[in-house]
Amino acid sequence: MKRAWMLAAIAAFALTGAAEAKTLKWGAAREIASLDPYSYGDTFTLSVLNHVYEGLVRYTGDLKIEPALAESWETVSPTVWRFKLRQGVKFHNGNPFTADDVVASLERVTHPDSPLKGNLPAYKSATKIDDYTVDIEVNGPYPLLLNDLTNIFIFNKAWLVANNSLLPTDSGKGVKGYATDNANGTGPFIVESRRADAKTVYAKNPNWWDKPQHNIDTIEFLPIASASTRVAALLSGEIDFTNVAPLQDLPRLSASPEVKVLQTNELRTVIFALNLKDTLFESDVKDKNPLKDIRVREALYRAIDIDAVQKRAMRGLSRNTGALIAPAIPGYEPSQDVRLPFDLDGAKKLLAAAGYPNGFSFQMNCQSDGLVNEEEFCQAVASMWSRAGLRPNLSLGPRSQQTPKRVKGEFDVISFGWANEPMIDAYSILIQVMRSKSGSGGVFNWGNWGDPRIDALIDKAGVELDNGKRIPMMMEALKIAKAEHLFIPLHQQPMAWAMRNTVAATVQASDNKPRLWLTTMK
Amino acid sequence: MPAFLFKRLLNAAGVMLAVAFLAFLIFRFVGDPVELMLNEQASQAQRDELRIRLGLDKGFVLQFATFVGNALHGDFGISYRNQQEVFTLISERFPATFELVLVATFLSLAVGIPLGVYTAIKRDSWLAKSLQFISVLGVSLPSFALGILFILLFSVTLQWLPAFGRGQVVQIGWWSTGFLTPSGRLALILPGITLSLFQITLVMRLVRAEMLETMRTDFIRFARARGLTLRAVHFRHALRNCLMPVITVTGLQIGNLIAFALVTETVFQWPGMGLLFVQAVTFVDIPVMAAYLIVVSFIFVSLNTLVDLLYAYVDPRLREDAISGAANAR
Amino acid sequence: MPVESAKALDAAKPGRLRRFLDSDIGWSFRRTPAAWLSAIVLALLIATALLAPLIAVQNPYDLSQIFIDKAEIPPIWARDGEWPFLLGTDPQGRDVLSAILYGTRVSLIIGLAAVIVSMALGVSIGLVSGYYGGRIDNLLMRLGDTVLSIPTLLMAILVSAIFRELLPPALREPFAAVVLVVSISLTNWVQYARTVRASTMVERRKEYVLAARIIKVAATRIMARHILPNTLTPVMVAATLNLGLAILSEATLSFLGVGMPITQPSLGTLIRIGNQYLFSGSWWLVVFPSLQLGLIVLSVNLLGDWLRDALNPKLR
Repeated sequence: MKRAWMLAAIAAFALTGAAEAKTLKWGAAREIASLDPYSYGDTFTLSVLNHVYEGLVRYTGDLKIEPALAESWETVSPTVWRFKLRQGVKFHNGNPFTADDVVASLERVTHPDSPLKGNLPAYKSATKIDDYTVDIEVNGPYPLLLNDLTNIFIFNKAWLVANNSLLPTDSGKGVKGYATDNANGTGPFIVESRRADAKTVYAKNPNWWDKPQHNIDTIEFLPIASASTRVAALLSGEIDFTNVAPLQDLPRLSASPEVKVLQTNELRTVIFALNLKDTLFESDVKDKNPLKDIRVREALYRAIDIDAVQKRAMRGLSRNTGALIAPAIPGYEPSQDVRLPFDLDGAKKLLAAAGYPNGFSFQMNCQSDGLVNEEEFCQAVASMWSRAGLRPNLSLGPRSQQTPKRVKGEFDVISFGWANEPMIDAYSILIQVMRSKSGSGGVFNWGNWGDPRIDALIDKAGVELDNGKRIPMMMEALKIAKAEHLFIPLHQQPMAWAMRNTVAATVQASDNKPRLWLTTMK
Repeated sequence: MPAFLFKRLLNAAGVMLAVAFLAFLIFRFVGDPVELMLNEQASQAQRDELRIRLGLDKGFVLQFATFVGNALHGDFGISYRNQQEVFTLISERFPATFELVLVATFLSLAVGIPLGVYTAIKRDSWLAKSLQFISVLGVSLPSFALGILFILLFSVTLQWLPAFGRGQVVQIGWWSTGFLTPSGRLALILPGITLSLFQITLVMRLVRAEMLETMRTDFIRFARARGLTLRAVHFRHALRNCLMPVITVTGLQIGNLIAFALVTETVFQWPGMGLLFVQAVTFVDIPVMAAYLIVVSFIFVSLNTLVDLLYAYVDPRLREDAISGAANAR
Repeated sequence: MPVESAKALDAAKPGRLRRFLDSDIGWSFRRTPAAWLSAIVLALLIATALLAPLIAVQNPYDLSQIFIDKAEIPPIWARDGEWPFLLGTDPQGRDVLSAILYGTRVSLIIGLAAVIVSMALGVSIGLVSGYYGGRIDNLLMRLGDTVLSIPTLLMAILVSAIFRELLPPALREPFAAVVLVVSISLTNWVQYARTVRASTMVERRKEYVLAARIIKVAATRIMARHILPNTLTPVMVAATLNLGLAILSEATLSFLGVGMPITQPSLGTLIRIGNQYLFSGSWWLVVFPSLQLGLIVLSVNLLGDWLRDALNPKLR
């Protein structure tokens, strides 16, 4: 499927006009971290809160940037952007939306204590020009400010002041913020009640500034951690919709006449990242790091029977990739999306040539609740690598236990997924993952990978405003990474939503974010 | 009696202090709270600042004293995972667990006592022997596997009963109840049965053993010799005589049921304290783990103490050697 | 018939078996079908688990033997069943029967080890407590009260979570079984300690012990040689009954995800994995491990029940 999104309009009878209240029961895989969008930098939390809070700009169903709380914008100088705000917008508590709210929100989100400050890296200052005009100054020429702003939600300043929440919630202070449990946005839905981990009710905002395309009166958000329980709930009608349908249950769900499945590929590209420090973390090779030898990396690559992974572990639903980013991401080149073929004998020969005819042991870190079917594909690849003579030592555990080890670099191979959100630009993976650690760059460079040539290209692209020049720079950087086999690409992971027939139509974009304001019910 | 009361309460307080110490050790030494609270980009200065704010730079004894003081006020800190006050989190979920345990306890008595009486009276009948065997089966089958099979049969295949959650609940003050709505009552059935099965077999075996024991005693022989009908002997005398231990064990077992409910709650995604705890364990959410430990132990110790005191009140001989916790045989 | 079957099972020591079967307990054993039937079943289960490397068609721990192309094959009698996967395969292509045999081994070893460790711990504490009395006794028994004031399952989960967290990450998986044994043992020793303490206090006052003390036999020797043998019967009964409980505890912890990791699954881990595929139609992943687990615990419990009743004629 070439298009990165699909509109699932399931034929419905003409609207009956009956004004019965429509409730959508949404079974999610987990609870959101907080009602405060600035307290936890988590994509899923933000996507849920986007129903309540909005940014100056937003993504459309096909991931184009469109005006939201800002009506228009211009660049006054290379480092100053001027935003004209939408007039007549009201917060849920009735307060009007003005420039003060934008300035207060930007200051809150970029405060040194804010866990989300990294989502707006270029921010320098915000100035109110008049009630409906704001200037945002950035550190240097920066091409991706609008992309970043899609996920910076706007608070009401008066509400923050009244509830003593002008500073971001800092869990370390030992007090929870008012905004952790209460919300006051401008979005299409209003938080009506919340019992964390049990049920959160969102009611339709009758005074929303935008013309609603949805006909939902109430959303009941029900976190159901267990995948099989979620499936059972959907089959029995206890929920109408889930944004995480387990792949192994899709056939059963599709077979039910009351349930339909929406399935496509995500932007998230799954790769194996390697420990490229001087020694391995846990191995029988003590004095050096075999993974620093390109022949060993190529052997790991060639030993993967990607078709078996795709067919079995991913249930035939993933998209095999040779590239490190998805086709929809600017910076993608079809010529780079060609995999090294599966070649077990070749892999063995490469290992022998590198001086490891009997392989070596290494530690492999995967998560049981991270990527789609991560447990399955990690085990499958581990068994393929052991057939090449290697001795992977697979460590599997929940994210909460694995993440600290990954962040500290205590691994030799990790499964790693990167969606390039909310930027939707290859610069995201380049600056945050591939860049050698320096300043705000390479935050996710956990295994000391990196290449001075790539670093130089990233730094150049970071200040280039002309896409005609910027994108080729990024392509060049990705080309080097691919040629060096710095990472071993696997696939773009599948995403599957499932809903009962009560849901007439919704929009499933490849960023895997439910947009219930674009959803209609029967 | 007052001396015994005092001693027993002191004993309970001592045990609770020991439990609090264990909880404190977990809180303080399992994982570094600073590492768990801050995100990975935090600077050393931020780490040091947080360490001071949390009081982690103070002496060990002082930290423990603060911890106990806070716990007495119901202040267990903030959950690392969802940033809410732990006390609120637990008290919101307490009604769900309590109602489940209540249903399980009711079922265990309503089913366990008649079965126990039957197997004792007709101890050599074919049915009684089968029931005896089934009761061993009941303690041998893991309740999680049973719960899973129930879901498969009654929720997915037959679609009679809900597979998860509490259904519609009604809020009465801070208490949320599932007893008042049809969907709430339906939702209680499967988890209630799953949780009660072990308890049913326990009650049944206890009643059987006590009945057999009592029927050998002199006063039953005497009653029979007096010409009372078998039925009168069985129900008016023997059964009544063995109800006291049944009620005691049931009371003591409530604490265990609350703890064991965490397995049932996991299988049925029942939004109670146990599910909260299991999720806290996977997320290494230490404040929630520590608080759950204290709350459940508190319920447990209170019940034990209460039963001891009641027993001592009924039977003065027992005041000499306290029978603390003896019923926690599970 | 039962005699012959039992004989066949333990042919190595016919003399002792003969003597056992002729004793009072042996008579009751022969007369109780539940007892000898479960003994046979248990012996079979243990034998197949111990011989798993010889019987199983693959080693489920050896990744190079597992082919993902063979994933999710149903049991042999189903339409898509395939030789040699008698009970089908899991989503990794792992043979379910092999995984069950190896998993049974893990479950049994952990269960036995937990019972032995908790018994050793409880017996030692009980002996010391009962023999010396006084302050030591008080301290140890208060410790026991504290352990009992925390529900066992909760205690086991906490202990295993703590121990795992304290171990360096690299050691967590190799030592998962040890962590489980420790956490189950630490919650189960009190019962033994109380039993042994009570009988020690009785024995201590008896003349043979007093005599031994007068001729200055070392305290450890008195405890081990004189007191211990007299306390063993109730301890052994408790141990048998606790074995089923220990195996169930292990399975429950593994099911909740704080037990054996997926790379060296016990029966509980297998059920947890299978649970994820319940609705995809792969029922064999959860049903067979559950049955095996139920069968093991059932036979252990039936044996334990019989043993308790046989040694305590009052209850029969």
